[in-house]
Amino acid sequence: MPEKKITLSVSVNGVVHTATVEPRMLLSDFLRHALGLTGTHVGCEHGVCGACTVLLDGRSARSCLMLAVQAEGAEIETVEGQGSVDRLGRIQEAFRQHHALQCGFCTPGFIMAITDMLRHHPLETDDQIREALSGNICRCTGYEHIVNAVRELAKERGPLT
Amino acid sequence: MSLRDHSVELRPKLVGKRVKRTEDPRLLAGVGQYVDDMAPAGMVHVALRRSDQPHARILGIDVGEAFSVPGVIAIYDATDLESEVRPAIPTSRMPDYYATPIWPLARGKVRYVGEPVVAVVAESRYAAEDALEHITIDYEPLPFAIRQVDAVKDDAPLLHEEAGTNTIIRREFKRGDVDAAFESAAVTVRGRFRMTRKTAVAMENRSYLAEWDPRKQALTLYTSSNIPGVIRDVLSGCLDLPGTRLRVVAPDVGGSFGGKGSLYGEEILVCALARKLRCPVKFISDRLEDLSATSQAFDELIEAELAVTQDGLLIGLRADVIGDVGAYSIYPWTAALETVQVVSFLPGPYRMEHYRGRIRGVLTPKPPTGPYRGVGRPSSTFAMERLIEMAARKLGMDPVAFRRKNLVNADEFPYRTASGIIWDKSAFQECLAGACAHADYPNLLIERDEARRQGRWIGIGLASYAELTGIGSRISVAPGMPINTGTETSKIEIDATGAITAAFGIASHGQGLETTLAQVIVDELGCRLEDIEVKHGDSALVPMSSGTYASRSAVLGGGAATLAARVVKAKVLRAAAYLMEQDVDDLDMHDGIVTSKSSNRTMTLGEVASAVYSQMGRIPRDRREDLAASETYDPYLGTACSSTHLAMVEVDPETYGVKVLRYVVAEDCGKIINPMIVDGQVQGAVAQGIGAALLEEVVHDDQGQAVAASLADYLVPVASNIPDIGIVHIEADLPDTVGGFRGMGEGGTIGAPAAIANAVSDALSHLGLSVETLPITPERIFRMLQARVDPADAVTG
Repeated sequence: MPEKKITLSVSVNGVVHTATVEPRMLLSDFLRHALGLTGTHVGCEHGVCGACTVLLDGRSARSCLMLAVQAEGAEIETVEGQGSVDRLGRIQEAFRQHHALQCGFCTPGFIMAITDMLRHHPLETDDQIREALSGNICRCTGYEHIVNAVRELAKERGPLT
Repeated sequence: MSLRDHSVELRPKLVGKRVKRTEDPRLLAGVGQYVDDMAPAGMVHVALRRSDQPHARILGIDVGEAFSVPGVIAIYDATDLESEVRPAIPTSRMPDYYATPIWPLARGKVRYVGEPVVAVVAESRYAAEDALEHITIDYEPLPFAIRQVDAVKDDAPLLHEEAGTNTIIRREFKRGDVDAAFESAAVTVRGRFRMTRKTAVAMENRSYLAEWDPRKQALTLYTSSNIPGVIRDVLSGCLDLPGTRLRVVAPDVGGSFGGKGSLYGEEILVCALARKLRCPVKFISDRLEDLSATSQAFDELIEAELAVTQDGLLIGLRADVIGDVGAYSIYPWTAALETVQVVSFLPGPYRMEHYRGRIRGVLTPKPPTGPYRGVGRPSSTFAMERLIEMAARKLGMDPVAFRRKNLVNADEFPYRTASGIIWDKSAFQECLAGACAHADYPNLLIERDEARRQGRWIGIGLASYAELTGIGSRISVAPGMPINTGTETSKIEIDATGAITAAFGIASHGQGLETTLAQVIVDELGCRLEDIEVKHGDSALVPMSSGTYASRSAVLGGGAATLAARVVKAKVLRAAAYLMEQDVDDLDMHDGIVTSKSSNRTMTLGEVASAVYSQMGRIPRDRREDLAASETYDPYLGTACSSTHLAMVEVDPETYGVKVLRYVVAEDCGKIINPMIVDGQVQGAVAQGIGAALLEEVVHDDQGQAVAASLADYLVPVASNIPDIGIVHIEADLPDTVGGFRGMGEGGTIGAPAAIANAVSDALSHLGLSVETLPITPERIFRMLQARVDPADAVTG
């Protein structure tokens, strides 16, 4: 049942938003429907598929498993912060180059998860890349082209320091 | 070929190039527009109370305090909609078939767990779901038979009393004297094969938004469908609206694989409610609803037997199949789509005279089965290719040599299979050879045998198959189905600015057709890629279309685009000939520039368009033509697409987990439009096939409850389950389709289950085990090993 609403202040892609929401509102719904940032997708609502992955204070998080109010004071990054149609970000460009997307529905979640793994995971072998990607489901590509894109990005990045 | 033709051939072509996709930027930037991304003003939300009973009479529905939930607007059951809609009837000309009517909400009875019963409309989805909690449905449970072997019996409880039987599909294919063939056979092998029930699991759940325009009394449905034209046509009847006041749009669609390729009651529902409530109405399925109410796949029980001569020639095949079609026959494909294809494709790409294949499709209280990538052929190829390897083993022949001996040879095309399918011409033998060469088959065998000596359970398996793609008007995609699946239309228009709009009825949902169809047009028309806007997925674009499914859009859409582009190009050149004072035969267009071989004069397409449309009197009125054409292509027969898959797997002797070590696909898909996209289709389809072979299974327990209710239960492959796929493209003799394209989107799911089943059987051959049920999970291997323990051995040992 609806309860008392709570005022929330959260930074999304560097812009601070203040909103009043029901405490039960999911972070994914807040991003999509309250802020209109529909690049974050919802594929399962139970934390398995990874389509809703965003960055929460720099680390990947499932926005369907969090309440919006839990993000109070946090810095959220979504796919919209990575680039735009006329100026794609580096990961987005690598996905295009390697044909690492087909229907595109899971793609924003992959891009955000990869942002995290490029910062924190060694990604030196294909096995490591596949293991790191295995928290996200893509039903179209069979993953090979995504692995190719990440391999290139990891090579560009070089070893973690 | 003349010198001039040579110069044309030497020009860079886009067909065949790895062109980056034009749909990518919006999808990558997070600004694609899927149905749930739309939020028109005044939109309300629907949540559905679904049946928790497999078969029960609805005695009463009590909404309780549901209206006390803030934001709740209305609550409906079937009785409220009787006067609003007519049911969709999935008719067929097939004899002995019963077409179960499709209503938006259950009427009188429920027939599977997950069937929609009550719809709540509210200002938010949260409020609508709150209200569902207050609703009580009083059911009288009815008897049911949940397994097809029980439902097919004469005394089984009936799901649809009006049908008088649960067996709503019967079909038999017969050629020659199969029983005599078996009597004369040196070797026979048989099996009882079962590809368990699967579901498509597109990452975007089914999503619908209907908008009513009170000014025009017109309805627009935005739907995550891959058949918007078919949906428009059927809803026109259900809602009694002409096509001018009913538009069905498939915007960006997050995958389908067949699961979004049929009409759903929820589509009728949101349209009826938008008209009734005069506001936009949205329904977004959640994943539980997807797993319990989106069309499901396969679920046949195939008893099949193969007869072979001493020399290893196939002479006969007998099969008796019971298909579990679920609770309803779906629109438009009917319950015959999946079931009948199993027996029509069972003889495969092989030369064989004698055949009898019988199918019975039976109703059970489960979600309806429908199209799923590969349709019928994943099951039929699994059964046939297991039999092939079993026979080769029994004869002591290498399975590759055995296939080589029996695959239809190049000089035998067109070949009519024992079930009546005609293989036009395709590289059956070359695909087998290509897969073996790529995998270095002789060395792979040595590698396997060495690993086995070290105690590892390693196996190699192959699968060869052919499918019919780009099917034209001669046969319906689903047997006896009255809608036209044999044509597609392309409408190409150059506007006054020189920009080109190419409109299609097909509906791309991940295949990249905005790019590949533009590539085809660039080559035919001689324009620039960036000047083309491909429109698709909208029933308003062309008079009729049945959509994107059955590996048809590159063949039919590409063919129609080719025809329309040729007509438009001729018009451009005629106008340019007048404007440039040149002989039209001397003109050609490339890169959007018209050139003459007898002059230095050139004109851009933009200049020609401006002269034709905007500069009054520049071209005399009797010679002026709009730079537009609409052409419809019908490939009539369709064309074979063939492939051989080869897999090497390892079974862990302790956990019984299966790891795919190597995977090779050799396929002949005719002329390749975009190799990058073709590779992506093959890899994605193989991954789904590996999922079907090792992981995926919809389970209904004896109470009729769906056990796989989340993606933690229904396992789809993740990156660590899938190896790199070696792909060999064999572009043999091109088919007689316009453009020379074959359809190839489905093939991976057809070959992979069979190849994996054969490889796992080979890995377990020292234990005498044969895989006859997929998915072959660790639990199934464990149970097979348990069953193998001979009690007599136990006593003596």
